[in-house]
Amino acid sequence: MALDKIGIAKRIAQEVQDGTFINLGIGIPTLVANFIADDISVVLQSENGLLGIGPFPEEEAVDADLINAGKQTVTTIKGSSLFSSAESFAMIRGGHVDLTILGAMEVSEHGDIANWKIPGKMVKGMGGAMDLVASADNIIVAMQHTSRSGDSKLLKNCSLPITGIHCVKKVVTDLAVLDILPEGGFKLLERAPGVTVEEIQAATEGTLIIEGVIPEMKID
Amino acid sequence: MINKEVRNADEAIHDIANNATLMLGGFGLCGIPENCISALVKKGTKGLTCISNNAGVDDFGIGLMLQTRQVKKMISSYVGENAEFERQLLSGELAVDLIPQGTLAERIRAGGAGIPAFFTPAGYGTEVAEGKEVREFDGKMHLLESWLKADFALVKAWKGDKSGNLVFKGTARNFNPMMAMAGKITIAEVEELVEVGELDPNQVHTPGIYVQRIFQGKDYEKRIEQRTTRIR
Repeated sequence: MALDKIGIAKRIAQEVQDGTFINLGIGIPTLVANFIADDISVVLQSENGLLGIGPFPEEEAVDADLINAGKQTVTTIKGSSLFSSAESFAMIRGGHVDLTILGAMEVSEHGDIANWKIPGKMVKGMGGAMDLVASADNIIVAMQHTSRSGDSKLLKNCSLPITGIHCVKKVVTDLAVLDILPEGGFKLLERAPGVTVEEIQAATEGTLIIEGVIPEMKID
Repeated sequence: MINKEVRNADEAIHDIANNATLMLGGFGLCGIPENCISALVKKGTKGLTCISNNAGVDDFGIGLMLQTRQVKKMISSYVGENAEFERQLLSGELAVDLIPQGTLAERIRAGGAGIPAFFTPAGYGTEVAEGKEVREFDGKMHLLESWLKADFALVKAWKGDKSGNLVFKGTARNFNPMMAMAGKITIAEVEELVEVGELDPNQVHTPGIYVQRIFQGKDYEKRIEQRTTRIR
């Protein structure tokens, strides 16, 4: 069965390494914070000027002056720091943030990502995504494998205006975990529980590389 | 110290003329100059070019100035929370430049810091790169981006003194410090205006040299876009 959003977030949380600084995008990536193992220590960066995002506040502790990039009220953790947007993106472009997790509308087999615009229909803007994908060494994308109408979102080439090129290293979808190889192509690493390789193949327009037996994801 | 205090938002913005270029601090609705926006709506200044990370929501922040058709052009990074904005944009009534957020922040900082242009990797290979000089540094491609300045910068701080020194709180700092630097005239509205000498110089975020006018704002709503809580 395909994963739900929580399942995708849980699987991505397994990629998080101890002692790293991480920027989480809006949507599924934000959920990842809830599933990071207790025995590892990470610092979450918010592009609007906070290093050390804490959990959502209790009702009486809500502070309008303390939000995350998704405009949700948050708290700070011990040892957190606050700064301007220029400083925040200095951290990001300067390579000080180790991992970026963000959502996408499309990803190509070359690691290109599209997630900011649908011409003539939707204009939200790129926010910090273009800076993040142009800068981070390690980028994981959380997304649905296909659109609501069943079209693949893992493509040979993105059809939508792109956010960045040759940047995505790993994709976790409702169906699979895939690496994007430096030479191009989606290398299938894991299947969602009960999902077959054939189903993943059928849902992937880009080049899918299948080597050996593909294990199922292990998700609590 | 020079006393920069003005009485209120109306006095602070009295000389903002039609077709001016403004910078407005804030991220979402956090740290926005609420009083100055209200005064601009009341004054009815038209044809404004607004440089601001976001465009408010339909009925708050810059959204109020969009409803009254006072904005000719927005320069922003993300405008997803505003249906009226999207409508005006898709219908061609409103011009918009969408700029990667880090590039926007740095262009504003550069404008205030006297750096006419800089190279950044953000946007390389995308439509943001169209018409821009590309140069390779250490094997990676970068775009040349130029500074941004404004006739007026409208910023919001938590505390300020009458000489214009500012202290921000939480994530309400965001774009405010750079915009304060990049305005020909910078107007700061603060929740608490104190006498010169009352702020600890060690704690000042924006030195008063960047601020030309300051006033204590009133009736802050500080609306929350996504009130998200946990159960104890």
